[in-house]
Amino acid sequence: MARRSAPEVNAGSMADIAFLLLIFFLVTTTIETDSGINRKLPPIQDEQDPPPLKERNIFIVLINSNGNLLVEDEPMDLKNLKQAAIQFLDNGGGKGDEACNYCKGAKDPSSSDNPVKAVISLQNNRLTKYSDYIAVQNELVAAYNELRDREAKRLFGVTFQEMEEAFKSESYTGDKDKLKERIQQIKDMYPQKLSEAEPKRTSR
Amino acid sequence: MSKFKKKKSGDIPAISTASLPDIVFMLLFFFMVVTVMRDTSIKVKNRLPYADQVEKLEKKDLIMYIYAGEPSDRYQSVAGTEARVQLNDKYASLKDIKQFVFEERQDTREELKQALIAGLKVDKETNMGLVSDIKTELREAEALKITYITKKGAALKNLE
Repeated sequence: MARRSAPEVNAGSMADIAFLLLIFFLVTTTIETDSGINRKLPPIQDEQDPPPLKERNIFIVLINSNGNLLVEDEPMDLKNLKQAAIQFLDNGGGKGDEACNYCKGAKDPSSSDNPVKAVISLQNNRLTKYSDYIAVQNELVAAYNELRDREAKRLFGVTFQEMEEAFKSESYTGDKDKLKERIQQIKDMYPQKLSEAEPKRTSR
Repeated sequence: MSKFKKKKSGDIPAISTASLPDIVFMLLFFFMVVTVMRDTSIKVKNRLPYADQVEKLEKKDLIMYIYAGEPSDRYQSVAGTEARVQLNDKYASLKDIKQFVFEERQDTREELKQALIAGLKVDKETNMGLVSDIKTELREAEALKITYITKKGAALKNLE
């Protein structure tokens, strides 16, 4: 037999394997997305009188520069804030036209009439730390979300969060217009009325 | 018998290097996929606060990032220690925010201009004074949709 060198390994398919891996990584990795608390700022208007609000429909939350809370003139811990906000929003103390037929609150006449009218006023001064501010914002949004979840569960059997996720997802098979209507209905029941005053100058 | 003789004699065949480029390409692709490219280098401290009532920000190209906080350690000798605003790649003053919003709007397609969101990446030790100044500027620029970008976690973690 004639002398013959060892046969070469066929490397033609190597490129295919590399491409396969490339495509695999492209498909599976997701670029990390940021998440945050969405807010809408009020537009700048000409000086005008603020609309008249009844004292009992306003829930004032003050944050000082040390991160201490003053809620309705009483000091409060952050962990109790959510519950206090829920109690205020869900009070439903109004009568006649202002009555709230879905509220489950205490119906205290000295607290809010109706969630539609209830306003939470968040005030801070210029030396308040940003993290304290975000913590309070988060708790207040949590209070709204909990109430919305409760009503969504009662009316439609799913939580508000699930409804919003379904609305955003591409794979939702149901009727999107109807879903949008339902989301709006829940939003109208507990509108997020979070008013933020310009921070006060620190008085020393 | 002759089979054994053949192996002992003869040159050692050269190792084929034909597949080497492919291996290199594979590594290249791997690193390309794994690394996350950062479009701006952050020159301020950026320890975000925690929150759990968050929504995911889907469309990254529709977010105008505004950074604020103390300058990072390596820039403190030049920029001082007072909290600053950063737009794109450089420190900016509050007055530049309007111009920044305007430029971002110009770069966006007409039908998406309403969907632009200002994403605030603010260090947690920053005072609210600066943040509300930024908000006032944004209101004047009519960029009313904002989002406070946070890490995921219970709000009580902020107090630690």
